[in-house]
Amino acid sequence: MNFYKTFIDGEQGLFKPITLTPMQKLTLRFVVVGLVYYLFAVVEGMLMRVHLTAPGAVMDDKQFFAIMTAHPLVGIFGSSYTIVFGAFLFLVPFLMKKPLWSFKMANWTLWLIAIGTFVFWFAGFLSHYSPLYTLYWPLPADFTQFSVWGGTFFILGIALVMVGTFLFVINIFKTIAYNPEGHAKQPKGVLASALGFRRLKKADGSYYVSTPVAAIARGTVDTVLNAGIITFTGVLILIYMIAAILGHDLKHSAIDALLYKNWFWWGLDLIADGLVLIFVAGTWYLLATLITGKNIFMEKWARIALFVEMIASWFVWSHHLMSDQAQPQFLKIFSGEMLTIIELITQGLAFFIVLATLWQARPLKMSNPLKFLLGGLLGFALAVPAGIMQADLGLNRILHNTQWIVGPHVHVAVLIGLTMTLYSAIYLLFPILTNGAKLYSQKLANFHFWAHLLGGIGMGAFMGMAGLQGMLRRVVYHNGEFDLYMILAALAGSLLLLAFLAFFYNIVMSVGLRGVLGIFSPSGLDKDRLLPEEK
Amino acid sequence: MVDSSVVLYGQTIAYTLYVIVILLVMAWFSYQITRGGGKNIVKPALFYSFVGFLVVLGITLHIATHETIPWKPIDLNRDKIKADKVFDISIKDHRFRLPADTLRIKTGEIAHFRVTSDDLTYGFGLFRKDNSMVFQMQVVPGHMNDVMWEFVRPEVLTIRSTEYSGWKSDKMVLKDVVVIK
Repeated sequence: MNFYKTFIDGEQGLFKPITLTPMQKLTLRFVVVGLVYYLFAVVEGMLMRVHLTAPGAVMDDKQFFAIMTAHPLVGIFGSSYTIVFGAFLFLVPFLMKKPLWSFKMANWTLWLIAIGTFVFWFAGFLSHYSPLYTLYWPLPADFTQFSVWGGTFFILGIALVMVGTFLFVINIFKTIAYNPEGHAKQPKGVLASALGFRRLKKADGSYYVSTPVAAIARGTVDTVLNAGIITFTGVLILIYMIAAILGHDLKHSAIDALLYKNWFWWGLDLIADGLVLIFVAGTWYLLATLITGKNIFMEKWARIALFVEMIASWFVWSHHLMSDQAQPQFLKIFSGEMLTIIELITQGLAFFIVLATLWQARPLKMSNPLKFLLGGLLGFALAVPAGIMQADLGLNRILHNTQWIVGPHVHVAVLIGLTMTLYSAIYLLFPILTNGAKLYSQKLANFHFWAHLLGGIGMGAFMGMAGLQGMLRRVVYHNGEFDLYMILAALAGSLLLLAFLAFFYNIVMSVGLRGVLGIFSPSGLDKDRLLPEEK
Repeated sequence: MVDSSVVLYGQTIAYTLYVIVILLVMAWFSYQITRGGGKNIVKPALFYSFVGFLVVLGITLHIATHETIPWKPIDLNRDKIKADKVFDISIKDHRFRLPADTLRIKTGEIAHFRVTSDDLTYGFGLFRKDNSMVFQMQVVPGHMNDVMWEFVRPEVLTIRSTEYSGWKSDKMVLKDVVVIK
């Protein structure tokens, strides 16, 4: 097959969008949108790396901080949320052997998040609205620095994402709990069992709700709590914006900045230290069982750890406020230091259980899903201890807001831990979602793996080294103080971009241009069917 | 006497060693799971031992830092400690207002920095000439933000805001205004 024909029809012409069910198409649309926003985030990241190396070469500081505000939000909501929500809206019905509760609602979730992300990104890009994702009070309502209209559209974009998130939450819980017509009636308490408040087992002793579905349910609890906090905060900021538009200047001091910081970090931390860890652990368990065909090692403990992680995630936010001297010391020590240790234990436990599950099934073929899963495990093995170190009152005094936080902890966790886990799932689900399409090039998949792994770890490491030398995050150094580390981090970052381009090209060549476009055309098959061969 | 550069050096060594070990473990594991033969059973005792190790590791870290990092107990007990020098500093419109042009402190003295903000959330940090950090804290408006520090060696330090407060925050640098003798 020549290059042109492969580019149009995909590898060996195996991918035929007409055979896809609506659920397969919807899931693939989620993945495509998520990957496009991942490209956004990577390109933005590279632009910022260039600015940190050569300030002013490609943009000014105002544009830089506008990108820095949008970058994590595009990465989290536009990319990670979209891919994860799409995968879970497919996997929960798939694993529970029943249709999704509402196909229409899932469609709304996709487009609300896709459009919302574009709206807040574009508002920031045009207006330079840049209070960063932390929104420390009263910066988001400081209209002497930022455009009130830019901010209003920014917040409205986030609001659209949150509405899409709420719809996802409803759809997941309803799908777990409902009894569809034509299916065997579920026992009572399935949702309670998924959340960990009840033990429900089948006659053969296996859990009625599988462990990956239990993880999805428990992570979804943190998702809705987080969405509630972000929505509440957004409404509050919007009140100040609307008042400013109408010519009224509301007093910033009406809101206590420290109280605000506590509730906002309580909500934000439910992503970083809640749903991400729970969703990732659940995905690891699913991947490990699908790759090995074996049960999860010490499954009971895996489920207990997921439950403990959910509860712990509600109480650890104060590790983000250890440098806030007005924060009560009890919260710093109990919530910030002590309870945060639980995350080391639960995540370490998940890490061990997955490795043991893989070990018990050896010899295994080093497939793409397996190697990316191992990459994901390595990412969290590197990033979680880095986080535990900074959640110490002594060390936090000299690490907070340095590049250490955002390098070895945040970027290694997100790029290596989370993203490689997602890639593992994408490689594993690719033949299922495409009805047997073949990957165009294994060499490109290998390059994708090594370039992403080395690029992500390298970038995190050089940022970390700069941080230990005193380089702050959220600061542009105009006198070349940390140029060496920033140049090395930019080179490592460019590997990440190359890795993604190789992956993207590989996928497009696998399904063909006609296949990519076909994903977005309507399917004539039944919406309740997940896969075409199902009856 | 331990200061922040010593702690950062120790942390660099410890974390680098950990990274090397975990990379080697994962490389070994990745190779081994592709090979047959040998025992495939993982005993639950190994699992429970690993959990116990994580618990001990997590708790030990905080106890060890409390016993070895001098500013940690000072920070926790600063309301009971009498400072040798007190500096009241305020911030407004992205500008620091110091009580004097230069803040002079003797080595061995405990200095108490009390910083307030009249508008935004800022940061307050001291940095050496090589840009390495001595310490930092957040400065939240409407609250007293204070840090107590014992300086152990003569040096000249720079104050800069360590929190983003808009694009003007990069300019919040007061060079060589803290002199330790």
